[in-house]
Amino acid sequence: MAKKRIVSTTINGTQKDFLCEPRQTLLEVLRDSLDMTGTKEGCSNGNCGACTVHLDGRPVVSCLVLAVEADGATVETIEGVACNGQLHPLQDSFLNNAALQCGICTPGFIMQAKSLLAENPNPSEHDIRFYLAGNLCRCTGYDKIVRAVQDAAGKMSGCCSEAKV
Amino acid sequence: MAEERKFGWGPRKDNVLIGKSIQRIDGFEKVSGKAQYTADINTPGTLYAKLLTCTHAHAKLKKLDVEPAKKIPGVRAVYIFPAGDLKAEGAGEIFWDGTLIAAVAADRPEIAEDGVKAIIAEYEVLDHIVDEEDLKAAEAKGATKAVGKNAKGKVEDALKTAKHVHKGYYGVHTISHMCLEPHGTHCEWKADEVLDIHASTQNVSGLAGQFAGPLGIDAAKVLVTANFEGGGFGSKFAADEWGIAAAKMAKETGKPVKLMLDRATELKAAGTRPSGYIDVTLGADETGKIVAWDSHHWGSGGISGGSIPVGGIPYVFDFENRSRTATQLNCNVGPTRAWRAPPHPQLCILTHCAIDDLAMKMGKDSYDVFLTNLEQTAGTAAHLPETYKAEMEIAAKLIGWKEKWHPHGKDAGKGAVKRGLGMALHTWGGGAGGCACNVKIHADGSVESFVGSQDIGTGTRTVIAITLAETFGLPLTAIKVNLGSNQYPASAASGGSITVGGVSGAHRRAAQTALWKIFDLVAAKYKVDAGTLAAKEGSIVSGDKKVCTWKQASMLLGPMGLETKGEGPAEDGLTSSRVGGVQMADVSVDSETGIVRINKYVAVQDCGLIIDELTAKSQIYGAVIMGIAYALSEERVMDKKTGRYINADLQNYKLPRIGDIGEIVVNIYQPDSEYSRGVIGLGEPPVISPGAAISNAVANALGVRVPVVPLTPQRVLAALSKSKGGAA
Ligand code: FES
Ligand code: FES
Repeated sequence: MAKKRIVSTTINGTQKDFLCEPRQTLLEVLRDSLDMTGTKEGCSNGNCGACTVHLDGRPVVSCLVLAVEADGATVETIEGVACNGQLHPLQDSFLNNAALQCGICTPGFIMQAKSLLAENPNPSEHDIRFYLAGNLCRCTGYDKIVRAVQDAAGKMSGCCSEAKV
Repeated sequence: MAEERKFGWGPRKDNVLIGKSIQRIDGFEKVSGKAQYTADINTPGTLYAKLLTCTHAHAKLKKLDVEPAKKIPGVRAVYIFPAGDLKAEGAGEIFWDGTLIAAVAADRPEIAEDGVKAIIAEYEVLDHIVDEEDLKAAEAKGATKAVGKNAKGKVEDALKTAKHVHKGYYGVHTISHMCLEPHGTHCEWKADEVLDIHASTQNVSGLAGQFAGPLGIDAAKVLVTANFEGGGFGSKFAADEWGIAAAKMAKETGKPVKLMLDRATELKAAGTRPSGYIDVTLGADETGKIVAWDSHHWGSGGISGGSIPVGGIPYVFDFENRSRTATQLNCNVGPTRAWRAPPHPQLCILTHCAIDDLAMKMGKDSYDVFLTNLEQTAGTAAHLPETYKAEMEIAAKLIGWKEKWHPHGKDAGKGAVKRGLGMALHTWGGGAGGCACNVKIHADGSVESFVGSQDIGTGTRTVIAITLAETFGLPLTAIKVNLGSNQYPASAASGGSITVGGVSGAHRRAAQTALWKIFDLVAAKYKVDAGTLAAKEGSIVSGDKKVCTWKQASMLLGPMGLETKGEGPAEDGLTSSRVGGVQMADVSVDSETGIVRINKYVAVQDCGLIIDELTAKSQIYGAVIMGIAYALSEERVMDKKTGRYINADLQNYKLPRIGDIGEIVVNIYQPDSEYSRGVIGLGEPPVISPGAAISNAVANALGVRVPVVPLTPQRVLAALSKSKGGAA
């Protein structure tokens, strides 16, 4: 077995050091070692988007990122999206627009959408559909997710979250 | 004089919550990542299990050596499934790709994977058959079985005298269950031999016995929890052999074991919706009334049956002269499990595509042909002609049928992209399932419910909270719903659209029973007539007069509060069954690339009394997307040569993404006559029509039928080529 590595990261604004094996994915470490299970696993091979987190401000599918790649990086997960106990506008609008059913895809969609809005605060419907194409939902009409993101876009200003990368 | 106390829903106009659009009450947990699904259970010391499956379609297992796996540091247990147990009598023959052979539990998932890789399994590969469409080839191999034939009237004579006769072939391939959360369990043995299970299940109250039997323990010692679930569309009712494996490995190691299926195994082993193909001849008189139907359908649900039965064809309708025959193909493919509205989507495709082609042959508008035949639903479970008629009118308006419809293949546009409209009808039962619940009113006025049901994403929690809040005149926040545990009163599995009716009926009964008791206490204390009392806006009122607050009323219950039991279903009008539903598709088909795009999709659905319009609409949107998936891209692809399931991953198992769906319009048909029917389930019906409606729209666009669903570009181009005399 390969030697374990020490990885130093900042996760949701807090300094976190952890030990991991070189072959462990960031998703595994988040979920299994750090008990941050808000990030979900749907396929483990980059095809569903359920495991999306931000690595140094960029959305990544954490099942395809090795945990050691997070050394020295900033990681943001769904657990860090609400600020001061207040839901982020995206979370609010997913709720208001019924853009979720079973909810297991929701953290991934929110992370991906958050990144979209940080890059492009006024996305067109086409922009939204293009940017979220890697995220799979099996229950909800995708339409409602599009509406939720559009809705949130209008309400983003003034949020204290570090979305604006 | 007190009014007679009868269970029932209040007048529609008085509802504060029922029928309104209300956010689901567990949404906060879901958007914040706090909702814990089965895979999120990580109790200390949890081991991770991975699976070895056979990748041959038909083989004899010659050797299985698990010792190398056991030697890997960190591997804690190896379990051999019955199919891999060479010591068992008659063991060793494997019948489909994906059959479970062994499981390895280890400290880390990747160590378990190392263990799986280290296992030595040797097979003798045997002859297989995986082509579910080729009836002749299956017959030649002796892999078919007649599953029924019945007839009525004089089919031959009617076909001879019919004004229009159409002979067609249609089909729909197999799809897999594909919930985003795979099947799996987390099993932990606690003190006193109690087995504590978290499971991704649609059947919280029904699992204990399924675990207890194989494990040789009492069902009373099995705790089952399912607080949140990542979807379930009919495949999550059983303990399953992987659940038993997890429990046994947990026992062996003395540690908790989590076994979630990997995606490939999920697609291969966790159930499929069987295929269906049909040869049909049907005839109509000059008005378009169908006078004869003669069909033979076949398909496969795997090696041991489960194909589409003979009943149900023709779908929604039945004709005076009708003959039908069904054959099952025993193929070397993974087994079937109930898939959302079984087997209505297939029946709908096999029937309504044929009716649409008959309309094409007659040169008639498909809408008129469906309308003309609505009376021929008589004698079927779908005899709802007035509902269908009203829904067809609404759907037609929403999609612009009159303005946009053109005869099949006569799109006036000159380009390669052709536009077309199609429709289909469906029906479903959706009667309330068995449900028992306890509703507790605490002395401080807070309200709790306990029910052994589950919320698989459909909004069960929210529906219960709305039912109680409406009955007690309280805000939703005053209600706490406890479900997802077999420690609560037993409730039926969530399948077949029976949950919302089941839980809302039982909770309304419990709540009304409690309320009557409270009214009696209030009447005695405040000297008012109990028959005049109502619970509104946090108070007990008599007419316009406030008698006391809800809290004051609750205090009259004494320190123990009040617990009432609700049960169902019952014949008291709170719930009923049987719905229709009409869907229409507007598509564009690129005749050069074969790509089909949905421009607009309209779903009109009746479902009795709506508890929460928001979650009800969500169900319909979701169902339509699932329908678009199996209509256009989703299918299990079996390689004929190797017998393997070759697209068992989310890159190649093609599901629509957010950019692949056009505009979806959902309309719930809910006149007062529907409200008075009581609650009827909604999960299944809207997923039935999309295959036929979209196929019919494509046929309308091109003037050519693409016979088999999903309508992939390859199949569209093949059908166009065949129509021009080329090879299919
Ligand atoms: S789990 Fe990472 S993309 Fe599916
Ligand atoms: S809400 Fe269930 S997968 Fe998206």
